[in-house]
Amino acid sequence: MFETELFLEALPILVVAFLKVTLVVTVASSLLAAVLGLVWAIALRELPGPLARPLAFVLDFIRMTPLPVHLLVIYYAFTGLSPMTVGILVFGVHYSTYMAESYRAGIESIRKGQWEAAKALSLPQSRTWRAVILPQAVRNTLPSLGNWAIAMFKDTPFLIFISVPEMVTRAREFGGQNFSYIEAMSLAGLLFLLASYPTAVLMQKLEKKLAY
Amino acid sequence: MVEFLTDLGTALPRLLAEGLRDTLLSFLGGAVLMVLVAVVLGVSMHQGSRWLRVVARVVVEFFRGTSLVVQLFFLFYVLPSLTGMDSLGGTWTAILALGLNYGAYGAEVVRGSLNAVPAGQWETATALSMPWQTKMRRVIWPQAWALMLPGFNNLMVMLVKGTAVVGLVLLNDLTFESEQVRREVGTWPAFLAALLIYFVIAWSVSLVLRRLEARAQRRLGLGDFEVRKARQDADQVMAGAAAPGGSTGTR
Repeated sequence: MFETELFLEALPILVVAFLKVTLVVTVASSLLAAVLGLVWAIALRELPGPLARPLAFVLDFIRMTPLPVHLLVIYYAFTGLSPMTVGILVFGVHYSTYMAESYRAGIESIRKGQWEAAKALSLPQSRTWRAVILPQAVRNTLPSLGNWAIAMFKDTPFLIFISVPEMVTRAREFGGQNFSYIEAMSLAGLLFLLASYPTAVLMQKLEKKLAY
Repeated sequence: MVEFLTDLGTALPRLLAEGLRDTLLSFLGGAVLMVLVAVVLGVSMHQGSRWLRVVARVVVEFFRGTSLVVQLFFLFYVLPSLTGMDSLGGTWTAILALGLNYGAYGAEVVRGSLNAVPAGQWETATALSMPWQTKMRRVIWPQAWALMLPGFNNLMVMLVKGTAVVGLVLLNDLTFESEQVRREVGTWPAFLAALLIYFVIAWSVSLVLRRLEARAQRRLGLGDFEVRKARQDADQVMAGAAAPGGSTGTR
């Protein structure tokens, strides 16, 4: 039933796929999402209404529609891009819409007095953001960003839709070739659990530490 | 532009006719199972005896920590050989995977909401020596329910989006069909049609949940503070394993 040999045979294949695809996409997309999310959050506050409202709608639309379809549309529409690049871009943009919400909550948690004080000191708006608001807001937002990165990590198997050879794709291939799926699939699940659970616990610790 | 709209006009009805059924089936089945799993595991984690709490916690962390697609493939490819039974078939596999996965997140919502019901409510009900069932049904649950709806709202939207993977277990859902329609009408019209349908479903579901939320809160006369807190917790729970949940209350 469960053959240790097959399990050991699958181990290097999955670990390589994990390191080369899953981890790369997670890290690159998380960074992209963290930057874009901040851009959206500031833009939503600073842009005049006629521009901010369409932006808010687009972000909502992306947030409320499935990631696999986003992958497919960009994959077919921009055939010049490698599937891996498509993956990083789509994951980054999709999760930036979630992270924008996290930033928004962080920015809203800054007391009005901070804005008023900056204004009273006649700090320029850009400096108010950079030196007063963001250092406080981002601190509140960090654990939430980390949690979204973990969620993204667990969504990376969606890359199967555009044939990127990530871990679960490999696990399925391996299972098909050996007529036994249990070893490779259990291993894929185990690797996800081993990577995501400790990170999640770490995020929770970070959150407690950063809380006032 | 006109051509684009014509293509969109061709794609939409085809997707509605051929892809909507499997997507809606997976969603509805998944939603029912999700709420069941969430309530059973969430109440167990909060009210269960020590060993039951541990078991429920392990189950929750297992389903949250391993990815949805892995669970889907496990049910589809591994379970039949493990039990010697026939395959469950695509639809049941999809419903089971979606319900268990999102239910595990939901359990955290339920636990957090029970936790957020003020300690005095629990103590008073106990002091009146209410039986456990009465206490839960008449005192605790109505309050917790209002607090858990924002979390369930997020989860339901996630679930609608989650159904996009059911094509992997050979269902002909919207995502699968849009890839077929693409060959005839081109990339953008086909997928934009699918996205529009998904958006309308997710938006309607969210609207219903917000109605329920407003009703539950009106009945209880909850203040803005509690509502905002519940919404914040709701956003947290979605993201990771080991989410914080409600921090007020002592039980």
